[in-house]
Amino acid sequence: MADLVMYEEEYEQIKEILARLQSDSNSKIVFLVDKNGQQIAAHGDMQGVDATSLASLTAGNVAATDGLAKLIGEKEFSILFHEGERDNIHISLVAQRVILVVIFDERSSLGLVRLRVKKASQELEKTFEVIVTKAAAEQSREGRFESPFAEITDEDIDSLFSE
Amino acid sequence: MTFINYAAREINCKIVFYGPGLCGKTTNLQWIYDKTNPQAKGKLISLATETDRTLFFDFLPLDLGTVKGFKTRFHLYTVPGQVFYDASRKLILKGVDGVVYVADSQEARMDSNIESLQNLEKNLKEQGYDLNNIPYVLQFNKRDLPTALPVEEMYRQLNYKGEPTFEAVAMNGTGVFDTLKAVAKLVLTELKKK
Repeated sequence: MADLVMYEEEYEQIKEILARLQSDSNSKIVFLVDKNGQQIAAHGDMQGVDATSLASLTAGNVAATDGLAKLIGEKEFSILFHEGERDNIHISLVAQRVILVVIFDERSSLGLVRLRVKKASQELEKTFEVIVTKAAAEQSREGRFESPFAEITDEDIDSLFSE
Repeated sequence: MTFINYAAREINCKIVFYGPGLCGKTTNLQWIYDKTNPQAKGKLISLATETDRTLFFDFLPLDLGTVKGFKTRFHLYTVPGQVFYDASRKLILKGVDGVVYVADSQEARMDSNIESLQNLEKNLKEQGYDLNNIPYVLQFNKRDLPTALPVEEMYRQLNYKGEPTFEAVAMNGTGVFDTLKAVAKLVLTELKKK
């Protein structure tokens, strides 16, 4: 799988889609994680939430469920839902490579969340298609892709550990 | 799979600590967690059994600072070492950028070391990686134990491709940061090539 490279334009689009989903579904938090557990974007009341851990555990959860699906001959379980006393988590796969997570309480409902997630997923899918095409185009234009790390020196790396 | 976010000017890399059961993978992470200043680290998450054996993974996010204006963040994972958790190990290797292999220096654990290294090679292959090309560091842990094999003997049996090798006692931190630094360096150098 190619590295995921995110540019400003698509990032803004994604943030917009998430913001709309959060208000349309009346949920508390909406966030997007890649399958490896890296958070891509989030919207909502993230205060008091450990976003990094949330991202990594979500990815672990999806990976384990994927493994279960394969064991019984399914391609994937595209939706995971965890119901709590107050808060619930709705997890779904988008474009087979990113994970959309919605956290909501009694002010919303599973039905509403599912409905809104479906619409948002379609939009996100389109955005990710663009991201993948862009990355592929950049990569094929050999030498044109300026990695910010092309000029990294040993001193730069050492300085990361200087404390 | 490195994730470069140009918009947020962040780069995220995933490093996996691999090795046989009870070799000290979690202890490595615990030490790193204990010795890193609070602003630079997130929570250490351990999905472990009641007897503190890793069940799925341990996870520690680390902020190393900025390189070329990009926030550099490393996500450290351990795998469950016990043989029968192989399905979980495969999942954790997904999207890996660098691997630390933690070997147990005790003579009695040598067979487990070799078996686990072969398992790493096989599982990487299944995920489309090749141990020959991936940033890789070897650590000989538990050097303080009286039953530890000589380093030369361990190197002879476990060296894969002349990778950077470190002696460690993860319980007291010896060699832990050297190992981490070496793998981080290899991962960043790999990015440079792209």
